[in-house]
Amino acid sequence: MILYTLRRLAGVIGVLIAVAAVTFTIFYVLPSDPAAAACGKACSTERLTAIRAHMGLDQPLWRQFWDFLSGIFTGRTMGSGQYALRCDFPCLGYSYENSESVWGLLMDRLPVSASLALGAAVLWLALGLSAGVVAALRKDTLTDRVLMVGAVGAASLPVYFTSMMLIYGIIRVAGLLPYPQYVSFADDPAHWASNLLLPWLALAILYAAMYARQSRSSMIETMAEPYIRTARAKGLPRRTVVVKHGLRSGMTPILTLFGMDLGGLLAGAVITESIFGLPGIGRLFYNALSTGDQPVILGVTLLAAAFIVVANLVVDLLYAVVDPRVRL
Amino acid sequence: MTSQSLTPAPGRDIAPGSGPWQLARRELRRRVSVKVSLAIVAVFLLMAAGAPLLSALGGRSPDEFDKSAVDPYLGGQPVGPLGGISADHWLGVEPVTGRDLFARVVHGAQVSLLIALTATAIVVVAGTAAGIAAGYFGGRTDAVLSRLMDLTMSFPSLIFMIAMMSVAKDVNRIVLMTAVIGLFGWPGIARVVRGQTLSLKHREYVDAARVGGAGSWRILTRDILPGVAGPVIAYTTLIIPGMIATEAALSYLGVGVRPPTPSWGQMIAESVSYYDTDPMYFVIPSACLFLTVLAFTLLGDALRDILDPRGSRT
Repeated sequence: MILYTLRRLAGVIGVLIAVAAVTFTIFYVLPSDPAAAACGKACSTERLTAIRAHMGLDQPLWRQFWDFLSGIFTGRTMGSGQYALRCDFPCLGYSYENSESVWGLLMDRLPVSASLALGAAVLWLALGLSAGVVAALRKDTLTDRVLMVGAVGAASLPVYFTSMMLIYGIIRVAGLLPYPQYVSFADDPAHWASNLLLPWLALAILYAAMYARQSRSSMIETMAEPYIRTARAKGLPRRTVVVKHGLRSGMTPILTLFGMDLGGLLAGAVITESIFGLPGIGRLFYNALSTGDQPVILGVTLLAAAFIVVANLVVDLLYAVVDPRVRL
Repeated sequence: MTSQSLTPAPGRDIAPGSGPWQLARRELRRRVSVKVSLAIVAVFLLMAAGAPLLSALGGRSPDEFDKSAVDPYLGGQPVGPLGGISADHWLGVEPVTGRDLFARVVHGAQVSLLIALTATAIVVVAGTAAGIAAGYFGGRTDAVLSRLMDLTMSFPSLIFMIAMMSVAKDVNRIVLMTAVIGLFGWPGIARVVRGQTLSLKHREYVDAARVGGAGSWRILTRDILPGVAGPVIAYTTLIIPGMIATEAALSYLGVGVRPPTPSWGQMIAESVSYYDTDPMYFVIPSACLFLTVLAFTLLGDALRDILDPRGSRT
């Protein structure tokens, strides 16, 4: 188990380096020159060269990449002489736009994205799994049909459509909530929740629909297993059969899905954050794109990849706990 | 869903010797959802294929401004009820510009479906090839391909697609978008095919072919490929809605096709600022997107139940 975890952790680092390398390469072919942008219109050649040197853009690509990678682990000094800027561990560089440290920017935005993703996850798990399990246990009844028609419909709605409908219906027409404005949980938990309610719902509707479909088919498969029949034949009450024997293995495939989705959303809810004006990582990324702010783009991509691989690792470890058949 | 079986209901006469495809077709024809979704898919495919013809029939080109259809004193609101629906403009007009929505929706269908279906084709061909190779040859081939699958799947795909789309400036947007969407889709299908190939490669009939002296290529194309075809077809139909949604999402975010080329996602993005004053403008492209995604999902569900009843996905 420990050996397995260590091996996987090494794999995680490998994947992250690969992601960083690919992102780096993509943005190397980027035609725009950030040094020229920083220099402004009245720019002399000497000044441009100086700025390029300060940003490290005069180095060969592999050197820039190496500096970037080693900077993450040890921190580094950017530029030299009087303009030298110390960037401490974990150094992801400084934004070209406002010279803030990328790590600092990410950590500022993370609570917003985490609030959005985790809150939505709680909602969609509750809604999706209960709908899926109920539908599976009442397979081919009216309840099942209604739930599944609803699920396939909701899964076909793009998240921006649901979001707009929620904004229109609940904010504009009914006037039940004000337009969302992020308040941190520590400041005011009640406001935090009421402002995030609509974004949570928008995401949860989509994911709950997908989870309902998945958990239904997985649960149906499990309930047809011979060991379920055995449990029933032993005379166990139906409740025990479903909860203790059925749910446990019926829900394990959902775990994989959940890890990927949650990991993806923590730094990737670009659309939802834009629509509801939440200052999260997705928004940061979107803004950085329009200004060509490469360090921020690279930072967000790396963080997003880190969330995904770490989530997958956690899921695989959890598997061993949940499913006794899995030996690591 | 998965418990549906290939055996027909008792009492139905099946002529002896019906092949598996005939059985599948018969099963498909019995379902109402299949008929409805096939009809919707057919309508949108025809719409996409005949876009220039249809908009000519409507009498408007998608880029033609019509100042007479909007009211300059009302901030460019369409003239008439329901977003300006009239005999002249069948689905109304865009606010401010007065461009015909019918023509734009039809041409948008062309762009959206072209990108989604081509990307799907790339994904399916690449994924099937990689999956068969990994499963059949095993060893180092399998190790390399499986690593590559894991790596691709750990990329934050939406973030990456947005980044790549916004980096490339002077490239054909449609080609680029197809490639970018296709790039991240193949591991899913490759895993399915790999698993299926692993279970097929030591079946008796494959061994028999090998003993009979058939080469790898012949075994792969004649024995393995038909065996994985069922799950591949089902999976293909199930990933199309995701492709359509991804295209729409990228266009919605403004990194997809460039105006004036219409696409559904882009139309929805533009209509968002008018959702209050001209809701029809928002509803029409959204409804098209919703119906297409829904129809492909239903079709995919049915195909999976019939062609891949055991669910080869893990």
